[in-house]
Parts: sequence; C-alpha cells; structure tokens
Amino acid sequence: MSARPPLTLLIHVCAAVLAAVSLAVTHRTGLVERPTALAFGLLVTVGELTRWTGARVREAAPLGAAGAMSYALLGEDAGRPTHHGVTQVVAVVLAAALIGSVPHIARGRGPVLDHLARRVLTVGFAAVCFQPLYNRGAFGEWRGPAYALLLLALLALTALCDAVLAAALAHSRTRWPFGPLLRDELHALLGIGSAVCATGAVMALAVAVVGLWALPVFSLPLLLTQLSFRRYAAVRTTYRQTITSLARATEIAGYTPTGHARRVAALSRAVGRDLGLTRPELTVLEYAALMHDIGQLSLVDPVPAGATAVLPAAEQRRIALLGGAVVRQTGVDSAVAVVVERQADPYREQPLAARIVRAVNAYEEKSRDAGPGGPLTALEELRLATAGDYAPEVVESLARVLARDCLTLPAAG
Amino acid sequence: MEAVPARARAYVACTVLCALFCLLPLPAVPTSWRAVALLAVLYAGCEQAAARWRFAGTFYPVLLAGAFLLPPPAAALVGLPGALLSRVDQRPRRLRRSWRAAQLVLGVWAAGRVHWALGGRDAVAGSDFPYALVPAGAAVLAFCLVLTALDGGIRALAERVPVRRAWRGLFVRSLAPVVVHGLAGLMMAVLWRSPYGPVAALLVLLPMCVSWWVFTQYHRERAAHQATIRALVQAVDIKDEYTRGHSERVGQASMMIARELGMDDERVEVLRFAGILHDVGKLGVPTRLLRKDGPLTPEERRVIELHPEYGHEMVRGIGFLGEARAAVLHHHERLDGSGYPYGLRGSQIPQAARVVAVADAFDAMTSTRCYRRARPVPLALEELERCAGAQFDPQMVAALVQALDRCGWHPAVTAEEQPHIPAPAVPVAGRPGVGS
Repeated sequence: MSARPPLTLLIHVCAAVLAAVSLAVTHRTGLVERPTALAFGLLVTVGELTRWTGARVREAAPLGAAGAMSYALLGEDAGRPTHHGVTQVVAVVLAAALIGSVPHIARGRGPVLDHLARRVLTVGFAAVCFQPLYNRGAFGEWRGPAYALLLLALLALTALCDAVLAAALAHSRTRWPFGPLLRDELHALLGIGSAVCATGAVMALAVAVVGLWALPVFSLPLLLTQLSFRRYAAVRTTYRQTITSLARATEIAGYTPTGHARRVAALSRAVGRDLGLTRPELTVLEYAALMHDIGQLSLVDPVPAGATAVLPAAEQRRIALLGGAVVRQTGVDSAVAVVVERQADPYREQPLAARIVRAVNAYEEKSRDAGPGGPLTALEELRLATAGDYAPEVVESLARVLARDCLTLPAAG
Repeated sequence: MEAVPARARAYVACTVLCALFCLLPLPAVPTSWRAVALLAVLYAGCEQAAARWRFAGTFYPVLLAGAFLLPPPAAALVGLPGALLSRVDQRPRRLRRSWRAAQLVLGVWAAGRVHWALGGRDAVAGSDFPYALVPAGAAVLAFCLVLTALDGGIRALAERVPVRRAWRGLFVRSLAPVVVHGLAGLMMAVLWRSPYGPVAALLVLLPMCVSWWVFTQYHRERAAHQATIRALVQAVDIKDEYTRGHSERVGQASMMIARELGMDDERVEVLRFAGILHDVGKLGVPTRLLRKDGPLTPEERRVIELHPEYGHEMVRGIGFLGEARAAVLHHHERLDGSGYPYGLRGSQIPQAARVVAVADAFDAMTSTRCYRRARPVPLALEELERCAGAQFDPQMVAALVQALDRCGWHPAVTAEEQPHIPAPAVPVAGRPGVGS
C-alpha cells in the first residue's frame, strides 16, 4: 500500500485517531467490569480467528462483527446495569481484533487494514449512539419489547453506516463507480447482514437477562450460519473453476488462442462494473464471456485463429446459436445462454451483457496480435463501427476502462 | 411408497393413538393459551414460508422453545397445525401428514416431559444459568431419541429396510443439528420469559433462517455444478459417437472398485469424477479423427494419444477434483511401462489412474462398439485377469471381480445401439483398453 488514495487515507486516519484516543483513555481510567470485557474480547477474537479469507465474501467475520456490536449495545449484565463507555468498547474490540488478525497477517492474507478500520469505525459509531445516552439514563422510558426494537434500530443504522464505509473503501481502492458498489453492499445486508444484526441484538439482550452464559450458547447457531456461508462460497468457487475449464475446451481443441476466453471475461467484467451492473448481472456476464466461443466446438473445422469478429454476420450468428445450445445443456443460469446466443446480433436488439461481450470480444481479437499500436487502432475501429455493430456506450466504457489500466491487458497465462 | 403395507398403516395408527393420548389431559392443563397459539402460528407460518421459498430447514427451535416454556401436553400441541398444514409432495398425503404430526407431538411431548421433570421450567423462568442447560440438554436428547426411534420403525415397515440397518446412524446423524436447534430454542424460551418478551425471542430465528437459506443456495449451486461437469462429458459424447454413455459407466465402475478397496466416501466420489472425466481431453482431438472409420495411421494414433494430456490441461484448474486430475493424465499408462503419455511403471502410476484404467477397459469390452459386439461380463473379466500384471494392477482387477460378484453390473446408462457401419479393422487385438 505505497500510494493510498485520499479517501482510504482519510478513513484510515479517522480510525487510527479513534483507536488511539480510546486506547489512551482506557489505559488511564482502567477497564470497568473486567469479566464482561474479557468475555466479549474473547468472542471477538474467536470470530476473527475463524474469519475466512476468500476474496468474494461480504462479511468475512460475522461472529466477530456480531460480538463487537453486542458489546457496543450492552446495557445490562444479568440484570445489573453496566458502566463501560465508548472508549472501552473501541479499545476492547480493537485489541481483540488485532489478536485475532495475527494468524491472517502472518500468512499474508487479505487487506487487514481496511477490515480493522471498518470494524473500529462501525463499533465506535454504535457505541457513540448508545452508551453515553444509556449511561445517562436517557433510555429509561424504553422498557421491555420497545428496548429490543430500539437496539435493533440502532443496529440497522450501524449496518447502513458500515455499508457506506465499505462501498467508499472499495470505491477508492478500485475506482469503480460508487453507486453500484453501495447498492451491492446494501443488497448484501439482507443476507448475512441481517443475521449479524439480529445476533448482535439477541446477544446484547440475552446477556442482559442471563449474564455471560448467553455468549457461548448463542454463538453456536451463528457459527453454523458462518459454516454454511463458507461451504456456499467454496462451491461457488469450484463452479467458477469448472466453467473456466469448460471455456478452455475451445482453446485446447485449437479453435481459439490460449487465454482468449479468460481475457474477454476479465475485461467484460471491468466494463460491466464501469457501467454499473449488479453483482448477479456481473456473474452472468462473466460466465457468458467465458463461454462465448463454445459454439465453435460444434464446428468440424476451426475458424482461422478463432477470430469470429471478421466472419460474415450470418455465420457469426450461427456459431452464437450453437453456443447457446451448448450452454443450455450445462445447467448454468439460462440468462447466460441468452447472452451467448445473442452476442452476434446488431447491438440495438441485444441485452446489455451481450453488447459488452460482443464489443470486448472484437477488441480482444483485433488488438491481440497487432503490436504496440494495436489497442488504439482496435478501439478506433470499434468506434467507427458504433453505427451498427457495437454499442457506443459500451465502447466508451471500454475506452475508460482501458485508459485506467494504461491500455494494457493482463498478459496471457 | 406406491402401496403402503398394512403393517405400516397399523404402525402409523398406533403412533397417532399415542399422540392423541399425550394430548388427552389438555383441557385440564393450566397454561397460557396465548403463548400456545402464538408459537403454533409461528411454527405453521415458518413451515409454510420454508415450503414456498424452498428452504432446507425444519423449525425445531420453535417447537423446543414450546417444550421449554409450556406444560408437556400444551407444548405438544404447538407442532400440530404446522404439520397438518404442511406441504407433502408424495402420496398418500393424508397418511404422511398425520404421521408427521403424530411424530412431532410425541417428540415434543417427551422433550417437555423430561424438561419438566428436571425442573427446567423454573430454571428458564429464573434464567438460572448454567443449570438451565442440563434439563434443556436432556430434553433435546429425548426429542432426538423419540424422533429417530419412530423414523427407524417406519423405515423398517414401510420402506422394507432390513431391521438391522433401519436405525443405524440415524441418531448420531440427527443429534448435532438438533442440539444447535435446542440451544436456539432455549435462548428463545429465556428471552420469551424475559421483560423483552416474544419480540426478542423472534430475533433468534433470523440467523437460523439465513443459515437455511444459504444451505439451500449451496445445494442449488452444487446441483448446477454437477450439471456442468456432465456437460463437459456430453461435449465429448457429441464429438465421439462410439462411446456414448461410456464416461458415466466408467465413473460407476471406478466407484465400485474404490468402494471395494475400502476408500472413504470422499475419495470414492473423487474417483467417480475421475472415471466420468477420464476422456474429457478428447475435446481437443479433431472430430474427424475420432469419427474416422478406417484404420488409423501411426501419426493419427499419436494425435489421439495426446488426449490424456489435453484432458489434464482442461481439468487441472478445478481444485476439488484432487487426485482425479492425475487419473485423467495417467489412465493409459500400463504397469509394464509401455503405456502413454509418460510410460510410468508399477507404483509410479497414481492409484486413481490404475483404478480408472481397469474400469475403462472393462466398459470398453462390455459395451457395443460399431466395429464389434459387446462381450459378456465373465469373458471381459477373464480378459482383464489375463492382462493383470502387465497392463493392469491385479489388485484393482480383483476388486472389480469381487464387486461385480457381490452387486452385479447394472450400468445406469445403457449404450445406445449404433446403426451398423461396415466393420473397419479392429485396433490392435489383445489390447482391450486402447481406443476407448
């Protein structure tokens, strides 16, 4: 992380200031209610230790998040009011998260700093909303079920805040548009996010009723949730690998050059992201891009160099339809088959994903053997053909994506 | 269950009678009818929602919370409406519904009874931890015992599973999930009794629901994944019409050998995939060559012999295939070192590849190819035994013979009869594995 973008830097500095102040104050005043602090610290540590490090998961440590939230919103312990303040909450969670991150840092996995910054800021937010008011007795009116709902509302607010933060960090790291990133984050709140919120609230309430015994009893169901999420993520990964292999079939059969499908998929995904596609749409786009040439398997003789973009339109369409038929057999989402099938249509009749695949495929074929000036020439050719074949907004987006990456493509592997 | 045997009907009737007997003291029980109604509606609603959105969950936490909160007969009532209204896909529907309802009533009643007897009710009301865990644990155990005992009975009577095997593993398999449900149920019961009331108790269900939803997604994705693997194989079938169904059958034979060798289930599954995918590299061989009728020139043969390497190149990126990838690469190696691609000998050849080689040759001999008719299974086994040692691993051949002795050979996919094509010259005689 040599050159950190300004927004990331701002968030990291805020988190660091909050953490430093909390640690200093807690160090001076000492911990109140040590057993509670220790128990919650332990829970967060365990949550962080069992954090998974796969790339494509939203909340990597649901147990850690839920534990931290419930400590921020803890008002009573087995019927006795608690007295810990904002600074103690942040300090305990930070220390626990640091300890829990040690193995992950040692193995050199994952952007730990972003994760810690998010955790510190969201926990700080929840604690600031709740602890000072609670300790001053402002929630005296809120008794019984109303109190439970209040906690839930606070947690929902915190989750929103966390989503904004996550989207901002991703935006500043990748420079993908902020809107779709935020939408994806909010969408994910419905899944694991709601489970984390509910567990956070239930833990805070259960500790208020039965004391610290509630923690082990209730972390088990959440561990189960975490486990099934992990299995889901694993099977998704395998599925992606299988699709990639299926896509390589055309390369091994000598119909397309090595790495073509993978490059088209990566570039299509980048363009799709630039155009603001949602996460499921991006998956469909990626799978379709990987398999866009699969129809060539049905040809008895290969097309020279697999370059379909220079074939007559009727032939292109025939191959696209053959490909759609193969994809339909594979049990992949039928939306993928539609994209593959329509990739050779004039862009005005195409769905957006098919437009992207068509333009990116043409760019890849035109630019790959054309030497140093190839990318620019290819882009120019695409621009000239925007009247009929390629969608202008897709070509412009492609140009933006390429400019961002300095007109270089990932080299063939 | 087309025709339900009479003894199974009698068994269900007995269970229903027992359940009714449990519910008998109901009118005299002092209980909060509001709580009973709320829990029953909650359970029925959750079950309906789960059926509509195809969750993979059963809402035992609600039932167990009932058992921890209410007197046993009242608790037993909680599951009744949900079970009677539940969606049943198979006939006879009424019988299945009443069976399910009676089973739940008995299970919850037993759990409630045990919990009550150990003084769990006061422990829950006074949130007396950790003691509250003891009666709750005992109740969960009782619940699980009753459910599995009844399940085993119906398996023995209606599905004609041998009595020895009817109960095997049932209890152990269902205990872990039921314990997790029990903990959630206990938390629900405690929060229900607390000042925060039923609203807080409802929150407990949310993480469980999310977990079931994810579990369903997992299964859906897994099914899609298997369909995709099948598609890889079908793509080979399109190119090479000689061998339709061959891949699936080799998968099945590999699985039988692996079982016979006493491998664990995970490895058996990997070997099945190895068998299914062993010829996937033929995608890389020109269609003209695969479909060629006449004898192959040495050069053409060399091209075809590249298919294990092509196959390995394709599947090497698929992590979960594990040793199946080595099997794809080496399934044409021979024990005496005269195979391809690398000419490995003896134990240099990975075990999985030795399994697949035998399975592959066996299916090649016992299925009809356009250039010859299928050989009967005993003749094929004789041939395999003749070549064991030089071409095949004798251990694998012996395992296949034993497995076939025990279970017979019932390939799931049968070879389609090929239209008769004038017989071309047979590839080198006495090398049964070649060309398949």
